[in-house]
Amino acid sequence: MEPILTASHLKKTFTLSQKQQKLEKSGSRVKVAVDDLSFTAYRGEIFGLLGPNGAGKTTTLRMIATLIRPDSGDVSVGGVSVLKDPATVRNRIGFLTSELKLEDFFTPDYLFGFFASLHGVTPEVAAARKAELFSRFGIDRFAQVKVANLSTGMKQKVSLVISVVHDPDIIIFDEPTNGLDVLTAKVVTDFLEELRSRGKTVILSTHIFSLAEKLCDRVGIIIDGKMIQCDTLEAVQAGESLEERFFTLYRDCVGEEA
Amino acid sequence: MRMRSNVLTVMKKELRRFFGDRRMVLTMLLPGLLIFVLYSVMGDTLVKGMMTPEDYVYTVTAEHMPASVQAMLDGADLPLTVSAAPGGDADAVREAVREGTVDLYVVFPPDFDSAVAVYDPQSGTPAPEVRIYYNSSSSQSSGAYSVMTSLLDSYESALANRFDINRSTDTAFDLATPEDTTGMFLSMLMPMLLLMLLFSGCMAVAPESIAGEKERGTLATLLVTPLRRSELAFGKIAALSLVAMVSGTWSFLGVMLSLPKLMGGEEAGLVDTGMYGVADYACLLAVILSTILVFVSLISVLSALARSVKEASGMVTPLMILVMLVSFGGMLFPNAQAGTLGYLIPVYNSAQCISGIFSLSYQPVEILLTLLSNAALTALLVLLLARLFNSEKVMFKR
Repeated sequence: MEPILTASHLKKTFTLSQKQQKLEKSGSRVKVAVDDLSFTAYRGEIFGLLGPNGAGKTTTLRMIATLIRPDSGDVSVGGVSVLKDPATVRNRIGFLTSELKLEDFFTPDYLFGFFASLHGVTPEVAAARKAELFSRFGIDRFAQVKVANLSTGMKQKVSLVISVVHDPDIIIFDEPTNGLDVLTAKVVTDFLEELRSRGKTVILSTHIFSLAEKLCDRVGIIIDGKMIQCDTLEAVQAGESLEERFFTLYRDCVGEEA
Repeated sequence: MRMRSNVLTVMKKELRRFFGDRRMVLTMLLPGLLIFVLYSVMGDTLVKGMMTPEDYVYTVTAEHMPASVQAMLDGADLPLTVSAAPGGDADAVREAVREGTVDLYVVFPPDFDSAVAVYDPQSGTPAPEVRIYYNSSSSQSSGAYSVMTSLLDSYESALANRFDINRSTDTAFDLATPEDTTGMFLSMLMPMLLLMLLFSGCMAVAPESIAGEKERGTLATLLVTPLRRSELAFGKIAALSLVAMVSGTWSFLGVMLSLPKLMGGEEAGLVDTGMYGVADYACLLAVILSTILVFVSLISVLSALARSVKEASGMVTPLMILVMLVSFGGMLFPNAQAGTLGYLIPVYNSAQCISGIFSLSYQPVEILLTLLSNAALTALLVLLLARLFNSEKVMFKR
């Protein structure tokens, strides 16, 4: 297996305001969101980051996507450091989270061209790719409709398509099926499997164990910013369901029921 | 009873919302603080520099100065230096008043004192006339005119109206040309009007484009592309400036085309915008463009710091008040003489340049300093905006 993404000893802390300290019930002004976290993702696999809300999954993905800088540690994406050359890293990954939105005013057609241009995709390649992806997701019928007038599911499909406009080798999805109806969720999961079959690497974060069991080749379980276990799905399950295994690990780690 | 309780509950919640938010409190208090600082600390210095100096002595040229008036002048200790007119060259003195080298030209009838002594107001014949020539577009000339007429008015009252001041209707005593009048009028009005129009144009687009994108999550979508932060900052400011420029130019055209009709001055010759040449309009355009760049950059930086369009609007309000105060300065003190260094102060330099252009009293070096200063500030703000786009604390704070 060929490693394509290596996260090494990532650490990220945030300074808490007094209000946040009260919310977190913390006496400390500093919250450690990610603590010495390491893992490797290989070419052609779906790697899942599992953990409860606030465990550090999104922070980890943001560090990989170069949106935030780690306090220490580094991530190598195809041999390129997120600290040293973030622009190149951004061109090698596709990143999609529910927090990233598309401008309502524009049409999918315009936005595809806009983001293709930002990624340096030539107009000819972009046109061919747009035709393929729009047809694949049924967006072609809505290509000239403003995003504001699209259904939630169609908006998510457009976001998905635009996140892979430059045909990246690594696709990072934060909670990819959150808020989607079953039909759109199926389209998304099918697409992730298709990407894997084409040799792409997918890194996704989720707290839905069934989704991880269905899709992931390998998983990493994060609790309180720490990578508790990282291995193949079968090895992590250790004969249990992923959900049961997670609760066992959580009890061992935190010392209380989840 | 119940209704009063509900009203109080709602009131408490609203007050808690306002006073619990430090930014909102700051936005509320900052305008007053700004006005206090401007008026009490800077205002005194500015006004002193802008008004006719207290120790200014008006230069008056008088023809046939009578002994009675000379004696009054000597006894009154007025800030006037009166010199005798060179004989037979009245046109030259009037030209000097027009150009500002002499503040006032007073012409008494020959043997004024005797003529006044023998004049019978009941006779029905015209009284001896004192002619005072002045330039209403010059504050010094207007000041001298005011001092001299008040002195002569009191003398006229004491003599039971045995002479008149500027009685003739066929003589133009105000030597200001239509160009002077237009220049003075527009140099007072346009800095405030133009700067507010430009600021409004910038305020209409910048918070929406920066804070709005941040609020809606569309800015983060751009930040995960290979686009450099500096490219994003420059691209946004360039586009916003163009939009604001179109808006500003459109408003400016509307004002310039409607102004003569609005003031009813076209027929009266009060406003004649045709007096400005291509070079004047080119300078004005350059100042407008550079001012727009400053406004857009400033508002963009504040918008990047805000979490929402609403918050950005609140943060920009004190800036708008500051711009208004500086613009009003140009309206209230049209003859302000800023030192060369004054043209390095953003917004103030624009107000002074606009005023100077409209009164046709600007120097190319002043325009140049303004453009350089504004360009330098814009460059710094673009760099700052790029840094803010790169700051996770600014871009992702909740």
